[in-house]
Amino acid sequence: MGLKEKLHGIKEDFKGKKMAPAFNALHTFLYTPNETTHNGAHIRAVDDLKRTMNTVIMALIPVLIWGIFNAGYQHYAAVDAANGIVREASLFGNFFTWDNFTMGAITVLPLVIVSYGVGLLVEFIFAVIKGHEVEEGYLVTGMLVPLIVPVDIPLWMLAVAIVFGVVIGKEVFGGTGMNILNPALTIRAFLFFAYPTWMSGDKVWVHGAKEAVGTPDAISGETILGSYAQNSSVVYDFADKFFGFIPGSVGETSTFLILLGGLFLMFTKIASWRIILSAIVGAAVMGLIFNGVADAGWITESSKFYGLMSTPYWEHLIIGGIAFGIVYMATDPVSGSQTNTGKYWYGFLIGFFSIMIRVFNPAYPEGVFLAILLMNVFAPTIDHYVVQANVKKRMKRLKLKTA
Amino acid sequence: MSKDIKIKKGLDIKLVGEAEKSIAEAPKSRTYVIKPSDFHLVTPKMLYKEGASLKAGEPLFYAKKDESIKFVSPVSGTLTEIKRGAKRVITHLVIEADGKDTTVEFPTLDVNAANAEAIKARMLESGLWPFIKQRPYDIIANTETTPDAIFISGHNSAPLAPDYNFSLKGKEAYIQAAITALSKLTSGKIYLGVGKASDSVFANISEVEMHTVSGPHPCGNVGTQINKIAPINKGETVWTVAPENLAIIGELFLTGKFNPERVISVSGSGIKAPKYYKTKIGAEVSTFAYSAGIEGDNVRMISGNVLTGDQVNADGHLGYYHNEFAAIPEGDDYELFGWNKPVFNKISSSRALTFSWLFPNKKYDLDTNTNGEHRAFVVTGNYEEVFPLDIYPLQLLKACMVQDLDAMEALGMYEVAPEDFALTEFICVSKQPHQAIIRKGLDLMYAEIG
Repeated sequence: MGLKEKLHGIKEDFKGKKMAPAFNALHTFLYTPNETTHNGAHIRAVDDLKRTMNTVIMALIPVLIWGIFNAGYQHYAAVDAANGIVREASLFGNFFTWDNFTMGAITVLPLVIVSYGVGLLVEFIFAVIKGHEVEEGYLVTGMLVPLIVPVDIPLWMLAVAIVFGVVIGKEVFGGTGMNILNPALTIRAFLFFAYPTWMSGDKVWVHGAKEAVGTPDAISGETILGSYAQNSSVVYDFADKFFGFIPGSVGETSTFLILLGGLFLMFTKIASWRIILSAIVGAAVMGLIFNGVADAGWITESSKFYGLMSTPYWEHLIIGGIAFGIVYMATDPVSGSQTNTGKYWYGFLIGFFSIMIRVFNPAYPEGVFLAILLMNVFAPTIDHYVVQANVKKRMKRLKLKTA
Repeated sequence: MSKDIKIKKGLDIKLVGEAEKSIAEAPKSRTYVIKPSDFHLVTPKMLYKEGASLKAGEPLFYAKKDESIKFVSPVSGTLTEIKRGAKRVITHLVIEADGKDTTVEFPTLDVNAANAEAIKARMLESGLWPFIKQRPYDIIANTETTPDAIFISGHNSAPLAPDYNFSLKGKEAYIQAAITALSKLTSGKIYLGVGKASDSVFANISEVEMHTVSGPHPCGNVGTQINKIAPINKGETVWTVAPENLAIIGELFLTGKFNPERVISVSGSGIKAPKYYKTKIGAEVSTFAYSAGIEGDNVRMISGNVLTGDQVNADGHLGYYHNEFAAIPEGDDYELFGWNKPVFNKISSSRALTFSWLFPNKKYDLDTNTNGEHRAFVVTGNYEEVFPLDIYPLQLLKACMVQDLDAMEALGMYEVAPEDFALTEFICVSKQPHQAIIRKGLDLMYAEIG
């Protein structure tokens, strides 16, 4: 008797029992189920939610791997810098090294494990209690969470935030597909407001920076956004920023890999090109407006907004988390706008507000996450007006006929 | 005004096992079955008891709501069994054919001279009325209302669908007679959508406004054509009639006899020699299915289309409205890593390691596996790619699920039928039963408003 038959037997045994969803969730990872259609369409397309979510995860894997190496690289670079050694980033010279990998792995992988472990546990518990199948929504959330937090976030904080995010952000609304806010961003927002000292500042982005404060080995790990916000000069060149040899949240640094992931997601039709494209346009427009303001001399160098306001609009797109946010989080179909016309507005406003928040809130220059959460809240409103346009058209047709 | 309807949104599902263009005579069926469930929302009131002998074309039962709507026996023989289901609902009426084919005869009717009342009366008494469907609600037409228009789709774009230009060849005169008759029953026009074909059986049909339709499925769905030509407004009623039923209607006017003959396509990858068969409404599917040959013993037999038809067993019968029969492999097996491995042999509307976009002309051998489990609606924007109607499909489905009548009405529920949601159901990532959701929504609306 093969594995397939054995598992089928266990599935039949579990049928109708409380733990059935838990077993089925694991079973369906190995085998797509033997379910057949009934009346209605007798044939179905191959895509299911697992495949959809899996495609997003595939687009995230390169970012995660980069994040692991970069966590190690930034740590050693900062240690070197503290000792007065200046490093020149080189991909195979000092980036893809075993040291970087092991250092990165021991800091990043626990985040991934805690994220999936805690989050899926909550999902399984809710599925068993409510008696429905385990939905795949957390597969992506669980991968996103470790990529949008600083490397040194204590694991217990992460666990608390995940429980909060999954329960309050998703399950209370009815689970996957029903949530109003993006769960990963809910988790990050919770961390940010509950433990701000671990989520911002210039000491959290590089592994070891926090513990080393005040010691002779003190290292600095300021992000580029932080430097701009302080009106101080930035030591990284364009290639560093674009390819991601910079400090930041685990997965957000390499705009290049995020760009590739975004292209892949748009090509596979999993992510909406409408949202991604219009968000980039929105960010560029807001950036251009600020550049114009800075160029016109309305804001002088003494202003605390000057640093970020005078940052060229295209550079805004490659620093900080905006690229990551636009590609992987704004495109969440559940919390985003659901109509095609609405997606243009939704994306545009995310880009627009991201840069606005970034510039006007130098204490917390990472605006994209708040912008997405804000637009999550307004997405149903956007959809409402889009759908109403269709409804009005129908009413007008009726009036023409009866008039 | 251009008379062409060109749609871009949609999806052509190309399946192996298309019927070869030759007609075989199906072996004579021993029994014929009428299923009242084919006539949605009709509660049958029987006119005969078990054991009664019937002529072909003799009324079997009428609708409880409207006694004038009669349903007739397709053959002469004995009503051997009235099968009942839960709550004593009649599920099957089994008629054992006597092979004599004695038929009820009506005087012929000159459709050009006859007035609307005479035509309507003849259609009601002869059992032709159930062939006329109405929208809103996608049910048998109300006998009281005068439709604002009548829509006929002369093009079937569904997968494995029979080609009308082949299956209805030689019935042009009947179709014309039916159209002439129907044109007197509407206050508006009759619209006929036809495909681009040189040998169209509809080429010389008159008294209609002809529209050439092209594009992917569902361009041949009458709902698509209604939406593009003259969308239904609140308070309006349109009728739809399938071309194969026009032929039956016209034949009765011209010959006085109810002839339930159907040329059906027997197709699908579960059929050894897919071709066309001449049979009758309600005939045993085994007569033609086994004549054409069934591949293996684990196949799904479908009376009707693979997207909208009814599952039947080997001892089942052809549905009242069906003009095709399909057999495809059952997909009741597990597939190792079916959710993440690259897929070449199944159709997908995305490109998530699915490669059907690379081979637009390849024919697929799809089975009945759902390829995943039922989930909440998550993905957005994909239904719109295959849904050409000017309606928001996801929003309408959700309105139906929460039974919000105002939203359903505002979002265009009067314009749709379940079949319009067959393609969105096919591509649905969350494997939701769209057609059942829409059917339930329409029934609710009919009960509350209609």
